Amino acid sequence: MNADGYHAERIFASPHAHGGAEIRRTMLQVLLALAPATLFGFWLYGWPAFFLWLLTLFFAQTFEFISLRLTGNTGQTGSPGDGSALLTGWLLAMTLPPWSPWWVGALGAFIAIVIGKQVFGGLGQNVFNPAMAARVALLVSFPLQLTAWVAPLPFSGLAAPGFLDSLRITLGQIPVPDAMTSASLLGHVKTELSRGVGLAQVLAADAPRLSWLGVRSGSLGESSSLLLLMGGTFLLATRVIRWQAPLGVLAGALIPAAIAHGIAPETYLDAASHLLSGALMLGAFFIATDYVTSPATGAGRLIFGLGVGLLTWIIRTLGGYPEGVAFAILFMNALTPIIDRYVRPRILGRTRSGQPLRRPATPPGAGKGA
Amino acid sequence: MGLMEKFFARSWGVHPRDYKRPAADAPVRVMPMPERLYLSLAQHLGAPARPVVLVGQTVKKGEKLADPQGAVSAAIHAPTSGVIAAIGEIPAPHPSGLPVQAVILEADGRDEWCESLKPCADPFGLDPDEISRRVADAGVVGMGGAAFPSALKLSSSRKAGVTTLVMNGGECEPYLSCDDRLMRDEAETIVDGIRLMLHAIGAKEALVGIEDNKPEAIAAMQKATAAHGNVHVRPIPARYPMGSEKQLVQTLTGREIPAGALPAEVGVAVHNVGTARAVSEAIRSGRPLVSRLLTVNGGCVGTPGNIVAPIGALVEEVIAFAGGIEGTPARLVMGGPMMGASLPHARIPVIKGTSGILALDAAQAHVRHEEACIRCASCARACPIQLMPLDIARHIRGGDLKGAVRLGLKDCIACGCCAYVCPAHIPLVQYFSHAKGSLAAEDRARQKTEATRKLAAARSERLAREAREKAEIAARRKAEREAAKAAAAAAAAASAKSAGEMSA
Amino acid sequence: MIAILSLTLLGAALGLLLGIAGRLLAVEANADVAGVESLLPGTNCGQCGFPGCAGAAAAMVSGAAPPGCCPPGGKAVALALAEKLGVSLDLSSVVDEGPKLAVVAEDLCIGCCRCLKYCPTDAILGAPKQIHNVLKEACTGCAACVEHCPTEALVMQPMPVSWQHWVMPKPAAA
Repeated sequence: MNADGYHAERIFASPHAHGGAEIRRTMLQVLLALAPATLFGFWLYGWPAFFLWLLTLFFAQTFEFISLRLTGNTGQTGSPGDGSALLTGWLLAMTLPPWSPWWVGALGAFIAIVIGKQVFGGLGQNVFNPAMAARVALLVSFPLQLTAWVAPLPFSGLAAPGFLDSLRITLGQIPVPDAMTSASLLGHVKTELSRGVGLAQVLAADAPRLSWLGVRSGSLGESSSLLLLMGGTFLLATRVIRWQAPLGVLAGALIPAAIAHGIAPETYLDAASHLLSGALMLGAFFIATDYVTSPATGAGRLIFGLGVGLLTWIIRTLGGYPEGVAFAILFMNALTPIIDRYVRPRILGRTRSGQPLRRPATPPGAGKGA
Repeated sequence: MGLMEKFFARSWGVHPRDYKRPAADAPVRVMPMPERLYLSLAQHLGAPARPVVLVGQTVKKGEKLADPQGAVSAAIHAPTSGVIAAIGEIPAPHPSGLPVQAVILEADGRDEWCESLKPCADPFGLDPDEISRRVADAGVVGMGGAAFPSALKLSSSRKAGVTTLVMNGGECEPYLSCDDRLMRDEAETIVDGIRLMLHAIGAKEALVGIEDNKPEAIAAMQKATAAHGNVHVRPIPARYPMGSEKQLVQTLTGREIPAGALPAEVGVAVHNVGTARAVSEAIRSGRPLVSRLLTVNGGCVGTPGNIVAPIGALVEEVIAFAGGIEGTPARLVMGGPMMGASLPHARIPVIKGTSGILALDAAQAHVRHEEACIRCASCARACPIQLMPLDIARHIRGGDLKGAVRLGLKDCIACGCCAYVCPAHIPLVQYFSHAKGSLAAEDRARQKTEATRKLAAARSERLAREAREKAEIAARRKAEREAAKAAAAAAAAASAKSAGEMSA
Repeated sequence: MIAILSLTLLGAALGLLLGIAGRLLAVEANADVAGVESLLPGTNCGQCGFPGCAGAAAAMVSGAAPPGCCPPGGKAVALALAEKLGVSLDLSSVVDEGPKLAVVAEDLCIGCCRCLKYCPTDAILGAPKQIHNVLKEACTGCAACVEHCPTEALVMQPMPVSWQHWVMPKPAAA
């Protein structure tokens, strides 16, 4: 055959090649990185955790689908199959107390997908991280349900609820047995400190213990620092995320924590406690690295991360809430457009202020002998 | 490379799969002369050439068909002997396929060279300006794709006091291998051309940058330059767009070209290795640029390889010679896949800047729907100019072209790295081309308004002048009439008086 | 009592602040008729419906006409005017069908010379009983000549686009 039969169907702009990157694959990689910590959460907290996770994902995807239907699904607001709603739902589920009733997951998914994302114009348009927006909205609206932690079952000596009982817990038909509730370290410390008890005393008493593995009470997916770190390393290695934001978050929280603890160990928690409790690890690797709501440049991401870390420490230490990662991230999300406006790379051939580089009066090398 | 540099060096560009072999390893084939050649008058940067032949005129191979016109332009010569069949419009090698003026030459099959060519045995004895003049006479333009008239670059580099000649053997575009093939097969000629260019510019040394994915070409060029102390071969890491002027100069000399400036302002001139070969040919044998080596490649080409094709041969003829089309091409491209122009059809002629013809299959062309930007900033990391393509495209989508310019739209070199890495398949380069084109159109409209205002002013002045002249004429007539009347009255009075006197 | 007082004070203070800010930070409309007129083509073609470019400029400064009311000026002029007038421009309201050109249909032209005196830029060449011609470079596409041709030999045609002036279409919103 010859080329004379060829007719372009339309005007194609260059380039006529592509590296093969896909949004869907990026999302799947993040989901994959979340899986170990999530599975660990299921094992730790039993069937109710699994049901909550499943329901949150289901509702997130459903709300995404409905929203896209209503907006006409033009592609500019995302497509139902791109995996972004699953990721949002998953992240939200990981930050919820594992035995939350079903409506927490459903309402959270609605806030995250509809109010947090689609109202802003869909994928890529939202100012705030949808999962964090939903978590904070739930926390301030339903403080009781959002702080109902359960003890890690396999180590508590308590019998894990069976499949059907778990279903009833998730459906809200039976309350969480008192024997199984447990405080998180940060919450415990905050309560005790506010009662005027010294830190050494608090920690010496029956405070929840720390471990890298994550056998502790807390949100569904935030407990195992080691598995989250593993997932984060996988994302770093596959270049899905960059090092600036996670490093910034960890440095921003742990450096002030270590300094303050060094100065006044009676009042301030040490760095390890900050690192291994609460959602710092999850926030550093999975939420502060959200493309849409964090700055686009490396330097910007570092600033963003440091801000998140520092604010987290400030809220945990001085604020009324025991945990501050979600608030810190939302606050820095709001600053992202400003960071992106002022932190820009130097354009090649121009100075930082955008002026062309000064042209040399005589070409370099002209003066030297031949 | 130290550890610090590894972590903190500016990372730019992309590493696309290059598809260069096996086409690069196949021996060069020479295409037979087609029956008709279509010679576009605008195959170089600048003003189109002005035809100097008439329809029906017989020409020999190498005879001049069109003269350069204006400051930036190049001559065009007959690629074979024959008769001028027509001078008219043909589709331009451009995505729009809009017409361009061309000379159409009917080959007579004898392929006789014209006798008036001036070979030169001792070109280094020539005056540097004479070399530039002969290069201009031969119609040599940059063979890398931009097709800037070479003679102009040589003479202006001499005036600017350029000290370093950077030879572009990067060939960073995937699929293309014609420069690679040329360096392997004709290293001696290329080095001769480089030395002639050094002589014409008055530069001290030439640095030949060759990407390290072409070891054979590096070896051949190193062998050919061994005897010449002022021509150095510099292997450079393979990375797209290493062959871009700014990147190549920075990699080889460490100098950064200021925005909006020419390489000459940092003492550098950049030429393509193919241009060096054409310069050597033009000076040594006096033969003008009438054919070129180009790569025919892509998943839909029967036997990919490098082909010597006459300027003006149709793309479909070149592809047919290269083994024809296999399957259904998703896209036909002139040039490389990253910056080349997609052709509307195959009845478009080869021009001097055609480095390749690609018939890409659907997988290679990778057509996808545009999705929403997720601000992943892959484009910002890939951009060799350090722009923020995602922000610029957002401004253009919202119609804010001024905002796009403020963010550096005019610094964009349209290399295509951003669109290549975009996971949402956003046609970023199309946004930028659209914006640049619209800005140029706005400029033209502004100039037109300006010109219109002058014309309107000239007209009202003309009307005023005409009215004034008419009034003057009318006044003069009136004055004349009145004078005549007065004279008549006076005469009448005088005659009445005299009559009275007579009667008295 | 204290509450009422403090709220009143707060209201007064904030009101004062707003008033001062309104004075100090007011955007000055520095558009004068002459300045606006200098941006217009100046051909007085009358397509905007105002008596000449000066009339249109006056109407625009007074706000009676939108900045996009000059058809021969197209988008470029509309944008410049909007900036000068300090108003936002709805580009969809601007009629810009691309540049146009008057063309003489040679089989219809009778060489009456009537069109010549209506062309604001003297772009029509012609002599009595000779077929007239339009200078491409000078024609502004204002169409003032069309209605004066007794044989309808003058027609407006879109300016042909050359490949050098071709503009890549904006990607269609997927």
